[in-house]
Amino acid sequence: MLRRLIDTRMGLFLAVLFVVTVAVPVGNLVMAGQPVPSYVVALLGKYMTYALLAVALDLVWGYCGILSLGHGAFFALGGYAMGMHLMREIGTRGVYGDPVLPDFMVFLNWEELPWFWLGFDSFWFAMAMVMLVPGALAFVFGWFAFRSRVTGVYLSIITQAMTYALMLAFFRNEMGFGGNNGLTDFKDILGYDLQADQTRAGLFVAAAIALAAGLLVARYITTSKLGKVLVAVRDAESRTRFLGYRVEGFKLFVFVVSAMMAGIAGAIYTPLVGIINPGEFSPANSIEIVIWVALGGRGTLVGAAIGAIIVALSRTLLTSWFPELWLFVLGGMFILVTLVLPHGVLGAVEQGLRKFRRRRPLVEN
Amino acid sequence: MTSQLYLSGVSKSFDGFKAINNLSLVIDKGELRAVIGPNGAGKTTMMDIITGKTKPDGGEVFWNEKVDLTRLDEADTARLGVGRKFQKPTVIETLSVADNIELALKADRGVLANLLARKTPAQSAEIDRLLELVRLTDERARPAADLSHGQKQWLEIGMLLAQDPELLLVDEPAAGMTDAETMRTADLLRDIAGERSVIVVEHDMHFVQALNCKVTVLHQGHVLAEGSLAHVSADPQVVEVYLGR
Ligand SMILES: Nc1ncnc2c1ncn2[C@@H]1O[C@H](COP(=O)(O)OP(=O)(O)O)[C@@H](O)[C@H]1O
Ligand SMILES: [Mg+2]
Repeated sequence: MLRRLIDTRMGLFLAVLFVVTVAVPVGNLVMAGQPVPSYVVALLGKYMTYALLAVALDLVWGYCGILSLGHGAFFALGGYAMGMHLMREIGTRGVYGDPVLPDFMVFLNWEELPWFWLGFDSFWFAMAMVMLVPGALAFVFGWFAFRSRVTGVYLSIITQAMTYALMLAFFRNEMGFGGNNGLTDFKDILGYDLQADQTRAGLFVAAAIALAAGLLVARYITTSKLGKVLVAVRDAESRTRFLGYRVEGFKLFVFVVSAMMAGIAGAIYTPLVGIINPGEFSPANSIEIVIWVALGGRGTLVGAAIGAIIVALSRTLLTSWFPELWLFVLGGMFILVTLVLPHGVLGAVEQGLRKFRRRRPLVEN
Repeated sequence: MTSQLYLSGVSKSFDGFKAINNLSLVIDKGELRAVIGPNGAGKTTMMDIITGKTKPDGGEVFWNEKVDLTRLDEADTARLGVGRKFQKPTVIETLSVADNIELALKADRGVLANLLARKTPAQSAEIDRLLELVRLTDERARPAADLSHGQKQWLEIGMLLAQDPELLLVDEPAAGMTDAETMRTADLLRDIAGERSVIVVEHDMHFVQALNCKVTVLHQGHVLAEGSLAHVSADPQVVEVYLGR
């Protein structure tokens, strides 16, 4: 089983991930002079959640051909579910000191907690919602879309419309999710102070573990016989139906799994950055995820994760050096990859290595 | 003797154009039947209707005299035992040749069953046997995209057999094959018939002759003539619309 899941590509990536996951907290918490500053820990943790989100998209797009332009919505819903728990954790420490109501509700003169906020005081309930809410949305959406055989560009457009509609809804104060400010001012998680270095390092490790787990789950799915069916759906959907496979069921399955994975990524993202707001639902966010996957290498899982990290890192560096250039660079990267690297960065690197290996014996002889 | 397939008064229009017009056809169990007719006669549309891809505007389509095929979709009919080979060979290009056969093998088609499925020794043996039969053993590990047009035709025939269907619908199998391959295909289809029912659509007259079976001539979505090849060839109407050209 392990052999099936961990090929060279996956093995190398997990090894590097493991080293980073150990080294970063050690450099931040243990070593004298703190060679790894605290903001870097949070930043790297955030990259990992993006990488997990990219893996989630690659699962549906790379393997099943479902080009979702709304995956940011599942990420944001997971983030909000976690945010709701963190809001309730604040308790009387809010500005208004209300033991039950979050500050923004007191500000809006709400008398009691809306029903959909009930239960979020429990961490485990919130964790369940982190997966169930995105999963349920994906299920309902996919049920209708896949059954009516909406595919290709049309499907992409309605996923984009879905995230846009959610963004508009979450911007409204009456929705009960903090309006355009979103949810913020969190104090602690499971009793640990969110400003403490230890907590931040813990969240970083959680993000790394979630990424590794997400990769392995995705790999389990794609290397199973079901994975072959997904590829068949991607390459020849009609043929697959004539083989007796109920295509909509298979699409629904990966779409829901992928949405849950995106939800988990969002849930770790929220405490790491300290805020979740409706901007996370913006259509542009979802489109950017597609760029990550394409840039890293669609249909490789590991490539998707690498793509997310490359883009996020470039953004961090560029927006501090040349903030006005960032969008052009992002667009440029995408065009470059589509034109020059059809299999993404990972594909190009692996192809280069293969050539190198093939040439070497000739030199030796 | 019960019929495998029974079509009666079937019609289908596309934007007012009658692609299938009051078509009636009965295929016996184990029968081999050739369907010929000029381009646009409605041969492919007929297969679309039998497999549930296209819903007819009217008429009856019955499987084994009891199952109404017009209520089913492609996956249903496939599970029921209808296997289809397309006019344009369609295999799953990025999967290996052996994986193409594996996906076609008769097995549980459920989502969870496929997630947990493990290839049994019996399945591996069956894959080997089919690859041998369609002469693709040496290509088993290559992506199907690498195959020649003729090899893809064979792979698709292999997939069809892997499904273990009761009825095979074979749309222009000889296209892109050499003469020798065409004759081998005819032999294979004759072998298959008897145990299974087979409907073959074909243009190539040598091929139809080699099949040596009852022939149905389709024209403008309607049966023009039916009988032995010699019989329909002698029909003046058939000569006029088809053979005479
Ligand atoms: N989905 C469709 N929409 C519109 N017209 C169609 C469709 N499918 C088939 N037709 C028309 O129906 C007629 C019969 O087509 P077809 O069954 O493919 O013929 P054949 O296979 O005998 O060459 C043709 O004129 C074709 O253009
Ligand atoms: Mg045709």
